[in-house]
Amino acid sequence: MSGQRTSSIRLPGLSILLVLASALVMGMLVLLPLFEVFRGAFEKGIGPYLAAVREPDALSAIRLTLLVAAIAVPLNAAFGVAAAWCIAKFEFRGKSALLTMIDLPFSMSPVVSGLVWVLLFGAQGWFGTWLIDHDVKIIFATTGLVLATILVTFPFVARELIPLMQDQGADEESAALTLGASGFTTFFRITLPNIRWALLYGVLLCNARAMGEFGAVSVVSGHIRGLTTTLPLHVEVLYNDYDFVGAFATASLLASLGLITLVLKTGLEWRHAGELSANRRH
Amino acid sequence: MGITLAYLGAIVVLPLAALAIRPWELGLSGVWQELTAPRVAAALKLSFGLSAIAALVNAPLGLLLAWTLTRYEFPGRRILDALVDLPFALPTAVAGIALTAIYAPNGPLGAVFAKFGLKTAYSPLGIFIALIFIGLPFVVRAIQPVLQDVDAEVEEAATTLGANALQRAVFVVLPAIAPSLISGVSLAFARAVGEYGSVVFIAGNMPMKTEIAPLLIVIKLEQYDYAGAAAVGLAMVAISFGALVVINAVQIHLAGRGRR
Repeated sequence: MSGQRTSSIRLPGLSILLVLASALVMGMLVLLPLFEVFRGAFEKGIGPYLAAVREPDALSAIRLTLLVAAIAVPLNAAFGVAAAWCIAKFEFRGKSALLTMIDLPFSMSPVVSGLVWVLLFGAQGWFGTWLIDHDVKIIFATTGLVLATILVTFPFVARELIPLMQDQGADEESAALTLGASGFTTFFRITLPNIRWALLYGVLLCNARAMGEFGAVSVVSGHIRGLTTTLPLHVEVLYNDYDFVGAFATASLLASLGLITLVLKTGLEWRHAGELSANRRH
Repeated sequence: MGITLAYLGAIVVLPLAALAIRPWELGLSGVWQELTAPRVAAALKLSFGLSAIAALVNAPLGLLLAWTLTRYEFPGRRILDALVDLPFALPTAVAGIALTAIYAPNGPLGAVFAKFGLKTAYSPLGIFIALIFIGLPFVVRAIQPVLQDVDAEVEEAATTLGANALQRAVFVVLPAIAPSLISGVSLAFARAVGEYGSVVFIAGNMPMKTEIAPLLIVIKLEQYDYAGAAAVGLAMVAISFGALVVINAVQIHLAGRGRR
């Protein structure tokens, strides 16, 4: 969103009307729900709010959410870098098929992303009997939550890095290698510094989705209170129990996470626009 | 390279293989029966129908926002621009309960609609509102960069030839952004079809009336009907994929015509 305008059309007479209409649409559709979350959370004052947030089930939901994100996000970040590296720096057959596979989780329903794990590891899944015999629990346990989260957030980092690394090409890396740097040194001193802001951007989006994911984890969770309920699932449990203050209080934590993500993301877009992939430069 | 493929195989390919193979243990006729059962057919029709309408309504809304954000300078423009991504950033369950509270019969907007005899929450209209909410950023973000880059020279040429502002907007700018508008709308559509969290609270979930396809999968799983759930899941993936292929073809056709 740099100031330069290339176009001349502004429909001058309509400008105020269009700006007001946009503000109205955004206000009604987007801002009002955000406001409603915090209004609902503090409806009965600060005391019930704090009580709802400090309740043991809420605390264990927070811990579980952090744990799941702490496993899923680094794994997908590492994969994102590796995949983008392969796609951008090498030529091989089946590249576009690989790209499609990476994008696939974006176009799948989150519920389907949960369903596929149940089909594999559920009681009547492909590996279900084997798992029961060996007393391993995946579905209705933390492992299942992690797997579902990984699948849903799979493309985020790779998607940010692939276009950027394709733009950058492999020239700098080849130069470093010619000058005698090891592959390891080249990666840490050339590649990583070149992609760091885009990587951070991808990790930010990946993390927001990992912590806020609902559909996929709801399928594999089993909703065991205090054990397999992440924060979004805790919101659902409380809401269905008609504990609206509790539900909105928990939701306000997640909304704050979303707002912080939005602020950081916008900051990155403004400050490091040149080092993000082209479609992120506003 | 090897690690990338192994990880991809374990996380994406293997689970999808399960999805693709599992339904057929019912046999071809079994899958067909499953999908044409009134409750399943109604859910699929509701999900795809409402998603299509919501995506189409998002086109003018997204166009309005993208236009305002790229063409005008006004106080708060940057904040408004950042807020467009809020439906992305807000966890779906949070959006779901907030929208429900607003559009419930005793909520601030629900009460207004109720005065006109319209039921918003717990009706298809409520689902429609939630789908607009989550689809809007896709359309805005698809058009915005293209709208920014529309060639000034072409517009100036149109001015020289005597076109007024509105004519230029409709005949010069609109064709240029049409392909990206279509891809934005199709992304919004794909997202809406699979959306669960923000819809499930506001929908009311009445079988045959306001039950969406993703919820039906959840229900079937709770009844340990794995094959049935997989059949619905596979049908959803297949129909969305087919729709995207058609949309893609239209887009390529339009882009080709624009170049000539």
